[in-house]
Amino acid sequence: MAKVTKKLLQQPKPSRARYLIVLVLFTGMFAAMLVRAAYLQIIEPEYLVSEGEARHIRIREQAVPRAMIVDRNGTPLAISTPVDSVWAHPQTLLDEGHAWGHLTRAIGMEVEELSKKLQDATGRQFLYLKRHLSPREARVVEDLKVPGIHLEREYRRYYPTAAVAAQVVGFTNIDDKGQEGLELTFDQQLTGAPGRTRVMQDRVGHIIDYVEQLSPPRAGKELRISLDMRIQYLAHRSLLAAFKYHKAQSASLVALDAQTGEILAMVNAPDFNPNDGAERVNYRVRNRAITDAFEPGSTAKPVTIAMALQQGLIDVDTEFDTSQMFVGRKSISDTGDYGLLKAEGVIVKSSNVGAVQIAFLSELGSLLEPLTRLGFGAITGVRLPGEQGGNIPTNRKVWRDVEHATLSYGHGFTVTTLQLAQAYTAFANRGLMLSPTILPRTKAIGVPVFKSSVIDQMVPMLESVTSDIGTASLARVDSYRVAGKTGTVERLVDGSYAKDSYISIFAGFAPADDPDIVMVVVVHDPKGEDYFGGAVAAPVFSAVMKGALRLRNIRPAVAEQLWVVTDEANLPEELGLHEF
Amino acid sequence: MRAKRRWHLDGPLIVFLVILCLSSLFILYSATGENDAAMLRQAIRILISFVVLAIVAQISPQTWHRWSPWMYVIGSMLLAAVLLLGIVGKGAQRWLDLGFFQFQPSELMKLGVPMMAAWVVSSRSLPLSFAMTCLVLLVVVFPVALVLLQPDLGTAILIAVSGFMIVILAGLRWRYMLGSLVCFVVAAPYLWTYLHDYQQRRILTLIDPWSDPLGAGYHTIQSMIAIGSGGSGGKGWLAGSQSQLEFIPERSTDFIFSVFAEEFGLMGVGALLAIYMCIVFRSLMIAYAAQDTWSRLLAGSLSLTFFFYVFVNIGMVSGMLPVVGVPLPLISYGGTSMVTLMFGFGILMSIHSHQSLMDH
Repeated sequence: MAKVTKKLLQQPKPSRARYLIVLVLFTGMFAAMLVRAAYLQIIEPEYLVSEGEARHIRIREQAVPRAMIVDRNGTPLAISTPVDSVWAHPQTLLDEGHAWGHLTRAIGMEVEELSKKLQDATGRQFLYLKRHLSPREARVVEDLKVPGIHLEREYRRYYPTAAVAAQVVGFTNIDDKGQEGLELTFDQQLTGAPGRTRVMQDRVGHIIDYVEQLSPPRAGKELRISLDMRIQYLAHRSLLAAFKYHKAQSASLVALDAQTGEILAMVNAPDFNPNDGAERVNYRVRNRAITDAFEPGSTAKPVTIAMALQQGLIDVDTEFDTSQMFVGRKSISDTGDYGLLKAEGVIVKSSNVGAVQIAFLSELGSLLEPLTRLGFGAITGVRLPGEQGGNIPTNRKVWRDVEHATLSYGHGFTVTTLQLAQAYTAFANRGLMLSPTILPRTKAIGVPVFKSSVIDQMVPMLESVTSDIGTASLARVDSYRVAGKTGTVERLVDGSYAKDSYISIFAGFAPADDPDIVMVVVVHDPKGEDYFGGAVAAPVFSAVMKGALRLRNIRPAVAEQLWVVTDEANLPEELGLHEF
Repeated sequence: MRAKRRWHLDGPLIVFLVILCLSSLFILYSATGENDAAMLRQAIRILISFVVLAIVAQISPQTWHRWSPWMYVIGSMLLAAVLLLGIVGKGAQRWLDLGFFQFQPSELMKLGVPMMAAWVVSSRSLPLSFAMTCLVLLVVVFPVALVLLQPDLGTAILIAVSGFMIVILAGLRWRYMLGSLVCFVVAAPYLWTYLHDYQQRRILTLIDPWSDPLGAGYHTIQSMIAIGSGGSGGKGWLAGSQSQLEFIPERSTDFIFSVFAEEFGLMGVGALLAIYMCIVFRSLMIAYAAQDTWSRLLAGSLSLTFFFYVFVNIGMVSGMLPVVGVPLPLISYGGTSMVTLMFGFGILMSIHSHQSLMDH
C-alpha cells in the first residue's frame, strides 16, 4: 500500500491519490460532526434540556397587598399602598452606559455608585437599584425605557395613626415582613400568599409566556383589634403631655374593658413614628406596657386586704395601730403617723404599717396565693411580642419576716403595667379576673380570685381613695364614681433603691358601682416636686377616663352618690344631658 | 446542457447552493426574531452573491490565472493600508470605508492567497523542491501575519488553511508534514504564551465548559444546551425556546447552527450536513477533473477550505473546538463572507465549464 502511494506521489502531476486520502479524511470529519450532534441530541439531551429549562423557566411570585390592621371600629391603623421598585439586569444595563445619567438622576443615585453596584453583580440576573420609588420617580423611570431596567410592583406599609398606636401595631421591613408588634405576631395572617406562576422568560428577564398557575394569589386577612382609637388618641395625648411635663424617663398606660378584658388603649412614652425608619430605635419602639416590669408598691395593698377579708382574718371594723413598727431591725413607716386605722383607712392613707400588720395575721402562703392567681409572675399571653411576666419569688426556700412584710405593700416582686391592669379586673369584676386580649371579644371567662362579697367590701374602700381625704382626689372624674389605688415606689436602679427617683402609679376603674374601664397609669422617674402616684399618674387617669366614659356612653352617677361636686357650674348641664 | 455550457455554470452545484441559501433565509427568519427587514437584506445579499458568481464564472480560468499575482499584490497592499489606518486611528480596523460600502481586504485575500500560492506552485514542475516550498509558505504567511495583526484570528486561520491546502495538494512530502506537526507540538507551549488571555481561556474551557458557565464557557454551554434540547426531531421552526428567548449568543451569525439544531433536531442537522457534503464533493469532483495544475490545486483548496469553514463553525458551536469567530458559510447572517464564498464557487464553475468546453 505504501509503495503504491509513494509511486502515485511521484507522478509529475499533483497526485490524484491525495484527493482520495483527503476524501476519506473529510468524510470522517463529516461523520464526526454528525456523531457530535447525535451525542448532544440523543445521548445527553436530558441533562441539556433540564439545564435549558433552568435558564428560561422561572417561578414568578405575584405580590398581594398586605391586609389592613383596623381598630374595633374599623379605623385603619396599617394600610398597604402599591409602589414600584426598580431593578436591573446587570449585564444588560452595563451595556447601556449612555443611559446611566438619566437613570441615576431619576432615582437620585450617583453614577459611580450605580457603576460599582453593576460591576459587583455582573453574574446575577436581578439587582434592586431602589426600592419603593415615589410615583413620580416611577413614571420617569418607566418613560426612560432603558433596556435592562424593570419596575416591580410592591406594596409599602403606611401607618395613618403614626405614633399613636405605634408600639402596639409595630411595623414591617422593606420586604413587607412584620418586625414588631401586631405586624410581627400576625404576620402570616396579614401576608396571605403571593400567587405563584410558572413563566417562560428570556435572557434579560422579560416574561414571554405564562406556562401555568401554580397557586392563585391569596390576599391576607384583615386584622381587627380591640383598641378603640378614640380612647387611644386621648390616652396618647394625655400620657405624652404628662411625660413631657414631668420630664419623666418613660410612661405607660393600659385601659381594659372591665367586662371583657379587651385592651381599649395601650400607650407608651417615649413613642415613635413608624412611617419614619429613623425613629425605629429600641428605646422608642419598645412596648413598655408589656416589657418593663416594676415593683407595684401600694397598688398591691388591696390584694393584702382582700386576702385577709376573704380568709375572715379581719372585718371592715378591725382596727390596727399604724404607728411605727419594726420587723426585725427594719423600721416600717408611713408618710405620717395615722394612729388607729380600719382596713379602709389603710387603703385611703396607703399605710404600709397597716398592710404589714394585716399580712402578718396569716402565713406567707396566704398572700402569695392570690398574687399568683392574679397573674403576677406569668405573662398574660396577650399575643404581643416581647411580653415579660415580671418576677415573683414563689419558689424561694427561706422567707425572712422582712420579705413577708414588704410583699404586703407591693415590694419584692415586679409586674408590668398590663399585669397590674389585669389584676385590677378582679376588683372591677366582682372577684373574677379577666385575661387581657388585643383581639375583640364579647365574652370573657373570668378566673375566680376573690369572693364577690369581699369585692363588695373592697370597692367602697378603693372609691374612698379618690375622696378629698384620699391619696388620689386628682383621679376623680366629673359625674362618675372612680375607684382605685395609688402607688409611689422608689425605683430600683442596679439592684438598690434610688432615693430621689420614683415610679408613680395609679390603678383603678370606673364607674365604681358598675365598672366599665380598668386603667393603669405608670410614670417612671418624674422629675420635680411631684412624684406621688396621686399627683403624677392620677391626673392622667382622670383625663383619659373622663373622655373614655363619655365616648362609651356610660351613664353618669347621680349627684348624691358623688364624693364632691368639684365644678358646680358644670353639674346641671351634665345631669341635664343624662336626663335626655 | 447546452444552456449550462453557454452560461459557464455548473448545474448540480447551483442547485445545492440555492438549497443552502433558501435554508439560510428560512432559519434566519427564526434566528432574527422574525425580522422582515433583516430577511430582505439577506435576500438581496444572496442575489448579489449569485450575480457575482455568474459573472466570475464567465471569465476564463486562464484570465484568473493571469490576474492571480495582481490580486495578491493589491490585496496585500490594502491589508497593509488597513493596518496603518488602524494604527493612525488608534483602534482595531479590518475594513476600508469606500463610502457606499465597507470593504475588507482580508476577504479578498481568502481568494488571493490560494490563487497566488497555486500560481507559484504551478510555475515549476512537481514535486516541489524545498526552496519552492519555502517560497510558497512565505507567500501564505505574509498576508496571514498582516491579518493576525488586525487582529482577526478566525480569518487568519482560514486564509492560512486555504494556502496550506495548496501546498499539501501539490504533493508536500509526508516527512515535511510530519516534521511540521512535531515542530508544532514542540512549539505549542511557547505559542501558548503568545495567545491573548481570552484565547487561552477559550481553549481551556473546551475541556470543561461548565467550570465557568457565566464567563468563558457561556457561549459554548448555551449553544450546547440549545443543540441538545432539540433532540432527534427538533422543537419546530420558530419554536426553539433557547433560540427565541435569546439565550444563544450571536444567534443569527456565528451560532446560527445551534438555532438550526434546536428547531430541526438531529434530522435537520443530518440534512444540513448532507447538503454541505454534496457541495464539497461536487467541488472536489470539479477539482479532480481539472486539467491543469493551477486549476486543480485552486479548486481543491477552495472546496476543502469551504469544508474547513463548516467544520470549524460546527465544531465550535457544538463544543468540540475553541470559540473562534467563524460564521457558518452561506447560512449565517452577513454579506461579506457570502460574496467571497460565491466568488470562489464562481471560479470553480469557471474552471469546470471552460475546461469541459475545451474537452468537446
